[in-house]
Amino acid sequence: MGDPVVVEGLSRHFGKLVAVSDVSFRVHRGEIFGLLGPNGAGKSTTLRMLCGILDPSGGRATVVGFDVEKEPEQVKQNIGYMTQRFSLYEDLTVEENLHFYAGIYGLGRAARRKRVPEELDRAGLSERRAQISGTLSGGWKQRLALVCATIHQPPLLFLDEPTAGVDPVSRREFWAHIHRIASVGTTVIVTTHYMDEAERCHRLAFIFRGTLLDIGTPAEVIERREIRVCIVSTPNVASAMDLLESHPAVDEVAPFGDRLRLATLGGVDPIALAKEVLDAGPGVADAREIVPNVEDAFVAMVHSEARHGGGR
Amino acid sequence: MNRMLSIAWKEMIQARRDRLTMGMMFGIPIIQLLLFGYAINTDVRNISTVVYDQDHSAESRGFVRRMEATGFYAVVGHVDSYEQIGVAMRSREAMVALVVPPRFGAEVEAGRRSQLQLVVDGSDPQVVASATNTALSLASARSSDLSVERLQRLGQPVAMASQLIAMEPATWYNPDLRTAVFIVPGLVGVILTMTLVMFTAMAIARERERGTLEQLIVSPIRSMELTVGKIVPYIGVGYLQMTLILLVGSWVFDVPIVGSVGLLYLLSVFFIAASLAVGLFFSTLAKTQQQAMQMSFFFLLPNILLSGFMFPWEAMPAPARWLSTILPLTHYLRVIRGIVLKGASFAELGAELVWLAGLTLILIVVVSMRFQKKLD
Repeated sequence: MGDPVVVEGLSRHFGKLVAVSDVSFRVHRGEIFGLLGPNGAGKSTTLRMLCGILDPSGGRATVVGFDVEKEPEQVKQNIGYMTQRFSLYEDLTVEENLHFYAGIYGLGRAARRKRVPEELDRAGLSERRAQISGTLSGGWKQRLALVCATIHQPPLLFLDEPTAGVDPVSRREFWAHIHRIASVGTTVIVTTHYMDEAERCHRLAFIFRGTLLDIGTPAEVIERREIRVCIVSTPNVASAMDLLESHPAVDEVAPFGDRLRLATLGGVDPIALAKEVLDAGPGVADAREIVPNVEDAFVAMVHSEARHGGGR
Repeated sequence: MNRMLSIAWKEMIQARRDRLTMGMMFGIPIIQLLLFGYAINTDVRNISTVVYDQDHSAESRGFVRRMEATGFYAVVGHVDSYEQIGVAMRSREAMVALVVPPRFGAEVEAGRRSQLQLVVDGSDPQVVASATNTALSLASARSSDLSVERLQRLGQPVAMASQLIAMEPATWYNPDLRTAVFIVPGLVGVILTMTLVMFTAMAIARERERGTLEQLIVSPIRSMELTVGKIVPYIGVGYLQMTLILLVGSWVFDVPIVGSVGLLYLLSVFFIAASLAVGLFFSTLAKTQQQAMQMSFFFLLPNILLSGFMFPWEAMPAPARWLSTILPLTHYLRVIRGIVLKGASFAELGAELVWLAGLTLILIVVVSMRFQKKLD
């Protein structure tokens, strides 16, 4: 069996606006694949094309073996889809929502009777079974929405910013659940602009202004940027920032509490650089190198894009 | 002052950006003007009339000609029995029938009094009085002409006390001319139009507003399953409303149901389906529930004014009548009044049913063409 998602040169315009431009990637079975990018980068548009609810303007994509443009209904039968809005019926109870979606996905009466309590139990929603969904907290709504989207046990699950507006603890639990789902062979594609979430994905695709900038595991993506990061303590944060910002090897300087976070490109030692630049100014009280993260890689990519392809 | 002007300025910008509101601001006054101007017309003309002429004399044909010359009656056909008058009235071919007795011409010729009969459909009380009065004055005018003629010809006057041609008015169906009997069945149609169109128009707009429509679109459900599933519960609602209005109408306003209740319930499904299809059509146009509601109210107006619910359909000018034929309510009013007031049969309502079924079919085709399982 081939990869569950194969995307080749996918594009989408809305009038003159290019939302997605020539995007290609493959997603392997059982993988958690993240589409990462700022708001309006084209993540949701890409996802909607893959779900068969938006026709591509160019290129093609196959999802579980079906062409999204020619066979959207077969695609829909084989996917689960959950959006940041948790498309629940807020005036139905938890159990009624689940029954409804089970029916929509064609589960028979007997199957529904069996599956619904099982799934409620597994998600820890049994006690809240009779609660009106609109009165649930964000975290519980998210859990219910996920159960609704997976009640038909799809081989492929699309999550469009699934953790927007959900507290950090619930987000962690949610990701633990996503990994459980993936471990039994379900493929998951998730869009996010939370960088900490991006690091929980097996592989990432960075999308910026509709184009794919990079693709790989979080470690690969960070490594390719050749970034080094340090935390600098200095008596005058504002003037230190001004001094560092103009240095060509500096990718980013950002305030970090009462300290500075300095990222350098091309493998340049950030501590040495900080000392060299700041000795003429406020000086360096203390500096310590830390491990770069996905956010650093993403910022570096956006900066580089602004420098080279900034005309767009 | 500045604060107030800021609010006014913002309000104007928002009104201008909302194209629907803008259209309604200027569209509604014009459309209302036209609708009311056309609909409110109480001088009824061209009432469809059948003639049951048992005489076939020059005198009877002359009387019919003079009736038509008033512009008030339009003779649409001839019948051979009272039974056929009933059929013509129940199928709304005619609202008035003139009955000429045998030997009418000969009797009048001989100077003997003879009686014509004018049968009027009482289900629309607004038409009855003028239809009857015009006929009465025609009869008396012809009587005096005949008296003068006779005097000149024979030199002998007719007894002046009685006129030669008497006119006996008869009102069928709702002989007491009670308004409630006319209004209540019509109200069933109006209330069903109002509620069913609005319910369905808002039902899909609500899903769109809350984001659940996207979740449905991404599921394997078919357009047909979604649209039919959406309207089925409201068919039940429609029947409940209808039952309620008819029961209250019968208890409180003493409106009898002359015809078959079973037939009424059977045929009402055509109208309920048509109204729901109109609502679904609006729901494909409206982005928000508010827009859906505005559209429904907008639709209600011509229904009330042009369908014949309030003003006699016969009195409206041709353009208003053409427009009204595409409104499901126009046809349903004839069905429900026909059954409730006149005991009309399935066959007598055939034309209206063809219209209702046709309108429903066209709307459903349009709706399923417009409702694509795509986001744009």
